[in-house]
Amino acid sequence: MRKYWWKIVAIVFIVYAIIGGFLMPAPDNLGIIQKSIRNLHFHVPMWFTMIIMLFTSYIAGILFLAKTNLKYDSLASSFVKVAMLFGLMGLATGSFWARFTWSEWWIEDAKLNGAAIGIMIYLAYYILRNSIEDDVKKGKFTAVYNLFAFPIFIVLIIIYPRMAETSLHPASGDTVGFSDLDLDNNLRKVFYVATFGWILLGTWIATLKYRLTELQRKDEEI
Amino acid sequence: MAASAQTPLDDVFYSSGKIYVVIAVLVIIFLGIAFYLFRLDRKITKLEKKNEA
Repeated sequence: MRKYWWKIVAIVFIVYAIIGGFLMPAPDNLGIIQKSIRNLHFHVPMWFTMIIMLFTSYIAGILFLAKTNLKYDSLASSFVKVAMLFGLMGLATGSFWARFTWSEWWIEDAKLNGAAIGIMIYLAYYILRNSIEDDVKKGKFTAVYNLFAFPIFIVLIIIYPRMAETSLHPASGDTVGFSDLDLDNNLRKVFYVATFGWILLGTWIATLKYRLTELQRKDEEI
Repeated sequence: MAASAQTPLDDVFYSSGKIYVVIAVLVIIFLGIAFYLFRLDRKITKLEKKNEA
């Protein structure tokens, strides 16, 4: 019997975040952001979920290189795939939010361009995967690619935007993050729960994908 | 800059309490998706058991 409790936690947390995101008090009068500050509870968890899942895939890649067990390759590729789903939702929601705060769908900004390049690195991961026939070889090549991709990805979406001189995006360049605006901790009460809930939900979807990939692989072996 | 000003719409939504309707709709949609994920999970578990046997 599989344990379902953490999946229920994921759902309860996200439902709380949807309700709390609308109804809990928040700094609703910040400059160009106004009530769209509440997007914090939905847009940002997409990215956090993506990063955690790419990290999982990175670890799975290392395990594959150490043990050459194909289940670790299935794990790595499934988590990257679902991480990309969350990354694309992060890009889409960010672009939409930008349209109504910065009045453009996309701007030249270290944070945005870094994220876009980061996503492309992982899209190339799939091109690499699909170009190799042999399963073990495919696993090894992509695990080594992943070994380099993840650190570069973190630099691109976190470190490089921080080092930029200017940026419009919060917590990059010369801007402050939400923690400096959230003086009465109202945002945190929803945001942390939302982030944790989405990470659990993403992990759930990725494990489903992983289990399906494993079933397919075992089916082909017979 | 459409969303930068407090529009009359969101005042009406919040003051009349109708924002709750929107929240309820979002919660229903999300619970529907969650329910479907549970069903998928069960189906995969069944397949796994069949595979092991």
